[in-house]
Amino acid sequence: MTVLTDDTLPVTPRAMRDEMIVFVVMALLLAAVPFSGLYPFFVMQALCFALLACAFNLLIGYGGLLSFGHAMFLGTAGYCSAHALKVWALPPELGILVGIAGAFVLSIVTGYISIRRQGIYFSMITLALSQLLYFIYLQAPFTHGEDGIQGIPQGRMFGVFDLTKPTVLYYVVLVGFLAGFLLIYRIINSPFGEVLKSIRENEPRAISLGYRTDQYKFLAFVLSGTLAGFAGALKVFVAQNASLTDVHWSMSGEVVLMTLVGGLGTIFGPVVGAFAIIAMQQYLAGFGQWVTVIQGSIFVICVLTFRRGVVGEIAHYFRRSL
Amino acid sequence: MNTRPIASFLLGTALALAATSGAMAQDKTIKVGVLTDNSGLYADLGGPGSTLAAQMAIEDSGLAAKGWKVDLISADHQNKPDIGTAIARQWIDVEKIDVFMDVLNSGVALAVNNVVREKNAILIDTGAATSDLTNAQCSPNTIHWVYDTYMLANSTGQALVKAGGDTWYFLTADYAFGHALERDTAAVVVKSGGKVIGSVKHPLNTADFSSFLLQAQASKAKIIGMANAGGDTTNTIKQAAEFGIVAGGQKLAGLLLFITDVHALGLKVAQGLNFTETFYWNLNDGTRAFSKRFSERMKNKAMPSMVQAGVYSGLIHYFKTLEALGGNPHDGAKVVAKMKEMPTDDPLFGQGTIRADGRKLHPAYLFEVKKPEESKGPWDYYKLIGTTAADQAFRPLSESACPLVKK
Amino acid sequence: MQALYAQLLVGLINGSFYALLSLGLAVIFGMLNIINFAHGALYMMGAFVAYFLLNNDYLSIGYWPALIVAPIVVGIFGMILERTMLQWLTGLDHLYGLLLTFGIALIVQGVFQNYFGSSGLPYAIPDQLKGGMNLGFMFLPVYRGWVVVFSLIVCIATWFLIEKTRLGAYLRAATENPTLVRAFGINVPRMITLTYGLGVGLAALAGVLSAPINQVRPLMGADLIIVVFAVVVIGGMGSIMGSIITGFALGVIEGLTKYFYPEASNTVVFVLMVLVLLVKPTGLTGRAA
Repeated sequence: MTVLTDDTLPVTPRAMRDEMIVFVVMALLLAAVPFSGLYPFFVMQALCFALLACAFNLLIGYGGLLSFGHAMFLGTAGYCSAHALKVWALPPELGILVGIAGAFVLSIVTGYISIRRQGIYFSMITLALSQLLYFIYLQAPFTHGEDGIQGIPQGRMFGVFDLTKPTVLYYVVLVGFLAGFLLIYRIINSPFGEVLKSIRENEPRAISLGYRTDQYKFLAFVLSGTLAGFAGALKVFVAQNASLTDVHWSMSGEVVLMTLVGGLGTIFGPVVGAFAIIAMQQYLAGFGQWVTVIQGSIFVICVLTFRRGVVGEIAHYFRRSL
Repeated sequence: MNTRPIASFLLGTALALAATSGAMAQDKTIKVGVLTDNSGLYADLGGPGSTLAAQMAIEDSGLAAKGWKVDLISADHQNKPDIGTAIARQWIDVEKIDVFMDVLNSGVALAVNNVVREKNAILIDTGAATSDLTNAQCSPNTIHWVYDTYMLANSTGQALVKAGGDTWYFLTADYAFGHALERDTAAVVVKSGGKVIGSVKHPLNTADFSSFLLQAQASKAKIIGMANAGGDTTNTIKQAAEFGIVAGGQKLAGLLLFITDVHALGLKVAQGLNFTETFYWNLNDGTRAFSKRFSERMKNKAMPSMVQAGVYSGLIHYFKTLEALGGNPHDGAKVVAKMKEMPTDDPLFGQGTIRADGRKLHPAYLFEVKKPEESKGPWDYYKLIGTTAADQAFRPLSESACPLVKK
Repeated sequence: MQALYAQLLVGLINGSFYALLSLGLAVIFGMLNIINFAHGALYMMGAFVAYFLLNNDYLSIGYWPALIVAPIVVGIFGMILERTMLQWLTGLDHLYGLLLTFGIALIVQGVFQNYFGSSGLPYAIPDQLKGGMNLGFMFLPVYRGWVVVFSLIVCIATWFLIEKTRLGAYLRAATENPTLVRAFGINVPRMITLTYGLGVGLAALAGVLSAPINQVRPLMGADLIIVVFAVVVIGGMGSIMGSIITGFALGVIEGLTKYFYPEASNTVVFVLMVLVLLVKPTGLTGRAA
C-alpha cells in the first residue's frame, strides 16, 4: 500500500494545537455566515455533505477502504428520518435518532458482508450493495418511489428551537456538523485510529502484532456508515424531502469526488472538497449540460496530478497533518 | 423578501379599493425561471427547448413594447429533488423569480411545488407526469399544464377499447409511477367494456424485455399496454418489433410516450404504436406556424415536444393575466387565482380553462405512429385517430382529493 | 414448461453480454491490476461507433464491418487512454485506477449526452439476421441466436489466446513478474497497452452486438456495469474461463427470475453476490485477494 498522506507524521502537541486553531477558525467563520449575506441554505447543504465526506474519509483515508456505496447510508437515514417525522410525527431530535439508527443497522449488515473482501473487490461489493438497496427503495411503498417523501415538517427541536426559521435551522445544522466533525477527529486520534492507520499501511504486520484487523475494519465501517447516516438525517431538515437521488450510485461518486478534491486522509480536506463541489454544482446549474463532464475531468485531473487534494498539498508543503 | 412588508402594507391600505390597486400597478417587471433537465434523461423533452419556448413567448407577448421588463433565466435541476429545491429557494429569495416553468420529473416537481407554495411564487408545471400535483398535493400556487398520468391512462384506454382493443395485457414498471398508470388504465379499460387479461411487473431500467414480451405474447391480448417510461418504453418497443409482436397482430399502447421517443426509435420500429399527447406540431395551422419558427431556432432543428409547447402556452396565459391585472403584484396565489378566472386561448392548445385544483383543461389526442412509407418528411410521425374532449380527458373533480376543491 | 425453455434461451442471450463484459474486465484486471470502471462507457462507445458506421453519409458500411471496425476504433481509443493516463498509475494503490476510470466514464458519457441527447438513436437489425424461427416452444429472433453463438465463439477464442498461445503465456508471465519477463527482452509496457486495448475491444464488441437490441443511448452502459461488477465478484477474476461461465450462468439465472418472480429480476444478481460472499468470500473461482 502506498502512502496516501503525510498523517503518519508523529502527532506532536504542536500539530494538535495547529489543528485546533484551524478548527476554531473554521467554526467561527461558519458561525458568522448568517451575518455575511451568503445564502445560508447553500451553506447548510454543503455542511451536510461535508459531514458525509468526513465520515467517508474516516473509512478511506484512515482505514484504506474505498466504499463506492456510501450514498446508501445517506439515503437510508434520510428515508428513516423523513418517515419518522412525517408519518409518525416524531419531534426533530427523535427523527434524527431514527435516521441514525437506520444507518447503524444497515452498516452492520453491509459491513458484515463487504468486509470479507479487500481492495477493489470491497469497492465493487459496496457499489453492488448500494445498487441493490436502490432497487429496494424504488419499489418499497413507504419511499413513494421516484416521487420521494415530500413536504417534511421541520418542527421544533427539543420543543424550543423553531427549525422553520432559516437562522435557527442553520445553527442547529452547524452544531450537528461540528459535533460530528469533532467526534471523527477524536476517533482518528484515539488508539483505535492509530491501529486503523497501521492496518492501512501494512495489514500483515498489524496482524502479526496480534491485532484482529477485520474487527477493526468492521468497526470503522460501522462508525463511518452511522456518521454518514447522521449527515443524511440532518439533510432531511434542510431539503425537506428524501428522494432516490440520495441512494443512487452517482451520489456515492460525488462523495468520493469531494473527499478526493479536498484530500484523502486529511482532517479538513473533505470539508473543503464538499464546499467546492456543492458550490460548483450550484453555479454550474446555469450551464447545465456539462456538469458530469466537468466532474469527470476533476476526477481525472486529481488522480493524475493532484493526488493529495487541496488540503493534502498544503499540508505536504508545510509538512503538517491537517 | 425586503419588498414584502411594503407590498403587504400597500395591500392593506388598498383593501378598500378595487382589487387591482393603483399603487401596485406601477410594477411592470417579471422574472421567469425555466427549471428543467438540461443534461439528463429528459433533456430532449424539455431542456434547452423549453428555454427557447419561454424566450419565444416573451417575444410574442409584445410586453416589452408596452413598457414591461421581462427577464428569463434557466437552470438544470439534474433530476435531483435536492438541487431542484435549492435552486427554487435561491431563485425566489435572491433572484426574485415570479414564475417557474417546465419543472419536469415528478420528484423534482413535487419538491418545488412545496417551496413555491411556502414562498408564494408560481409554478406552471408542463413536464411532470404525476397527477398528484392537482390531486392530494394540489396548491393555490400551482397550475399543471400539459398532461398527467390520469389523463394519459384515461384517454388511451378509452379510445383503444372503443376502437376494438378490448383485451389488455400490461407491462408495468415496478414502482409507484408504473403501478398508478396500470391501475388507472385498467379501471378505464374495464369501465369501457374491455378486459384485463394479465400483467407482468418489470424492474426499472431493464435492458432486456424479451422475457416479459414472451409472456405478453403468450397472453394473446389484443393490446399490450406499456405502463413504463423513458428508456424502458423505447427498449420495449424496439424488442417487441424484434419478436414480431406487432406483426403478429397485437398492438402496443404507450401510456407515457413523447414525440422525442418516436424520433429516437425511428418509424421503422415505432410504426403502429398508439399513445396520447395533448400537442403535436402538425395538428393545425397554429401549431405548424409556431413549430416552424421554433425548429428553425433549435440546435438540431427538432420540432417542439408537448412539454416545450406547454411552456409557451402557459407563459402566454400568465402574461395575459398580468396585463389584465395592470401590473405584477408579486403575489403568486393572487395571480394564479386570476389565471383560473380567465379562459385560456393560444394557437398551440386552443381554447381551454384552468380548474380550481390547478388542472389546465384541453383536449387529448390519441395518435398512431405512421408507417415509414406514409411519412412525408422529417418529424412527420403521427396520424390522429381519436380526440377526447377537454371535459372528458382529465380526472373529474368529483374524484379529486384536492382540498382546494369545494364539494 | 415450454415457456421455461424460452426463458432459458433468453437468459443465455443476456448472459452473452455479461460474459463478454466480465471477460474484458478480467483480462484488464489480470494485466493492469485495474478495475476498469470505464468499461460501461466504452461498451456504449462501441454501440455508437456501430451507429455511425451504419448511418453516416460517407462511411455507411453497415453492421458486418462494424463488428471488426468498432472494437478496433474503441480499442485504439482505449490504448490512447492507457498511454496518456493509466500508465502513470503503475505502482500506486488500486483505488486510484478505479477513480481515474470512473472519471473517464463520466466524461465520455457526458460528452455523448451533450451531442446525442439522452433518448438515444435508432439502429435496425441487419437484413441478413432479420426475422425469426419458430422453435415450437418459442419464437426465436434470428439475431438473438446469432448473439449467443458469436459471443460464445469470441469468448472461447479469447480464452484460447490467453491460456493456450505463446503470446498468452507471455501475458500471464508478465502479470506474475513483469521485471523477469522484461529481462527476456519482451516489451512489457507495450503488452500492457495491447491488453487494455483487447479488453476494451471486447467491451466495444458487446456494444455493437447490443446496438440492434437495445436503444443506442449514452447511458446504456452506466447501470449495466454495476451488474457486471457483481458478476465479477461472484465469479472472481482469477480465471478467464471462470468469468465466461459465471457470465452465462448468471444470465440464465436472471432469465429464470424474470419468469418466476419478475419483480426481483434486477436484484437477483446482487442477492446472489451476497450469498456467495457469505459462503465463499473469495468468489466461485477466485484466488484469495
